[in-house]
Amino acid sequence: MSARAEYVLRLADTSLVLAQQLGAWVGHAPAIEEDLGLANVALDLLGQARLFLAYAGELEGRGRTADDLAFLRDPQEYRNLALAEQPNGDFAQTIVRQFLLDAYQQELFAALVSSQDPRLGEIAAKAARETRYHVRYSGGWVVRLGDGTQESHGRAARALIELWPYTAELFDADPLDESMAQARIAPSLAALEPGWRAAVGAVLSEARLECPPPAAFRWYGKRGEHGEALGHLLAEMQYLKRAYPGAEW
Amino acid sequence: MYSQGLDQPGGPPAAGASDAAREAQFLAKIAAEEKIEPKDWMPEGYRQTLIRQISQHAHSEIVGMLPEGNWITRAPSLERKAILIAKVQDEGGHGAYLYGAAETLGVTREELIEQLLAGTAKYSSIFNYPTPTWADVGAIGWLVDGAAIMNQIPLCRCSYGPYARAMVRICREESFHQRQGFDIMMKLARGAAAQRRLAQDALERWWWPSLMMFGPSDADSRHTAQSVRWKIKRFTNDELRQRFVDFTVPQAEFLGLEVPDPALVWDAASGHYRFGAIDWTEFQEVLRGNGPCNRERLAARRAAHEAGRWVREAAAAYAAKQPARAPAAA
Amino acid sequence: MTDVRWPLWEVFIRSRSGLEHKHVGSLHATDARMAVEHARDLYTRREEGVSIWVVRSSDITASDPADADALFEPARDKVYRHPTFYEIPPEVKTL
Repeated sequence: MSARAEYVLRLADTSLVLAQQLGAWVGHAPAIEEDLGLANVALDLLGQARLFLAYAGELEGRGRTADDLAFLRDPQEYRNLALAEQPNGDFAQTIVRQFLLDAYQQELFAALVSSQDPRLGEIAAKAARETRYHVRYSGGWVVRLGDGTQESHGRAARALIELWPYTAELFDADPLDESMAQARIAPSLAALEPGWRAAVGAVLSEARLECPPPAAFRWYGKRGEHGEALGHLLAEMQYLKRAYPGAEW
Repeated sequence: MYSQGLDQPGGPPAAGASDAAREAQFLAKIAAEEKIEPKDWMPEGYRQTLIRQISQHAHSEIVGMLPEGNWITRAPSLERKAILIAKVQDEGGHGAYLYGAAETLGVTREELIEQLLAGTAKYSSIFNYPTPTWADVGAIGWLVDGAAIMNQIPLCRCSYGPYARAMVRICREESFHQRQGFDIMMKLARGAAAQRRLAQDALERWWWPSLMMFGPSDADSRHTAQSVRWKIKRFTNDELRQRFVDFTVPQAEFLGLEVPDPALVWDAASGHYRFGAIDWTEFQEVLRGNGPCNRERLAARRAAHEAGRWVREAAAAYAAKQPARAPAAA
Repeated sequence: MTDVRWPLWEVFIRSRSGLEHKHVGSLHATDARMAVEHARDLYTRREEGVSIWVVRSSDITASDPADADALFEPARDKVYRHPTFYEIPPEVKTL
């Protein structure tokens, strides 16, 4: 698989894994309105994933469709950010995870709009509009939880501390990130960081939550270094397609 | 039909000349196909019947998110996953519209949900059946949503304004629900032998419960007459059930699937399908709480409600801390 | 244990520029920002609304149906307010 295809797969897989995680909440959210809100974000992310996956398949040139890539790759072939595969946990954990990634995608997609790759730019333009709403939604909830009750504050704070180490991956450029930045296909990760820290800092401050101290978790999902949760997530997602090889649904 | 004729009218109208005059005016409005709106005078029986019917419908939408939501994480393609999320999202939205309509009658959503979770409120029996296979998702869309549409279109002309308007919105969104279900069934029926077997098996498990959705037969449904007089119910249970059978059997034939009813036969003289006897004891058992998934459905809703309690409280607490908006300058 | 109440809001949507806002229903939310987001997710999934208004239900003042006679009847006999009351000769084209 070419470098560019692999890079696009990183974008696809993060959105796909997040969408799959949120899909599990529909019907079980704290209020009907949040069932709808979470479903809305899941649908947007799923749409992004399908576009990125289709493009990755085309770039690869082996005839793999978006569904082939989603359902027939093993966990070690997935290239999502590790943050995306952390378990749903309670609503605080889900919303904090969502917010950290929404804020990241907001910087990333805004920059990708001017990619030297027009196809990526097109997908990013649509995704950027959606992500602006996602950040509003998840950010709004981080504030309500952080500045709500003692219990909600405690849960949000715990979630933040648990998830913070996975944010190190967001801005740690590896050779693939660097070559994409060189070719102006993707922005440099360093360029995205200040915007993300400012946006996240502002929301955390309004939420009366403290930014955890730097702590880096260095098993990077974008390099295929996954924990055990992803295996279960994908087993559930892929089982029906794999159980009936070649069948159309 | 999501209330399946379980609603009971309230007691006789309160005595008093002015009430008699108001009731005459109320009935005249109904006869003239005018809508009754929230602050209009209405007989207490009308109000209570509507609260029960609308809330049962709302509960059905919310509980109905569960059997299909069960397959969101396992949908066999990305497109099917997206469609299913959108459908279940719609159902949640329908529940919200309907609780909103019920709230115009003087109850709160919180009270209604407490009743559901306490097991004292009813919801459509159909959602107490399991979805063990992907084909069940197709069958629900095709048969259950098909039956629902049959009942919902006349409800768009219900005499109570907020309910009628909610139904118009719901009907607009509902037609995609049935089509996506039928589309799933078509794919299966035209697929591998194993897939055809899944489709046939699902039809066999959902056919009779879908017919039961229309409620007891007219002879056994004592309260239909009053609901028809008040234009809450526009057609009887049997009328709707017959229409459903007439529409759906040709669809099953098109799919190449066999309806599990040896007594099913086309009666050219009447222009309708004659069909076999419904096992009402199964219906009663499911209503009583002894269906295959009654306990799971309520347990899931209770768990979500309990787990979400601290979230709802957080949102309320946060809002209470915000300074009140300054009144407009004098 | 009684659940905390999320206040009721009424939702008005303008679906296209040039049209007025229409009442589409109600929803529950704890603050105005949440109400707008919920309204968007609940009421604009199919037609992209151009504008959303949310108002706390308790802030709406409604006329009393019992007063309908007093409020609205007097307008009924002032038919001269309707254009159809006037006979305009057909030769006058643009009135």
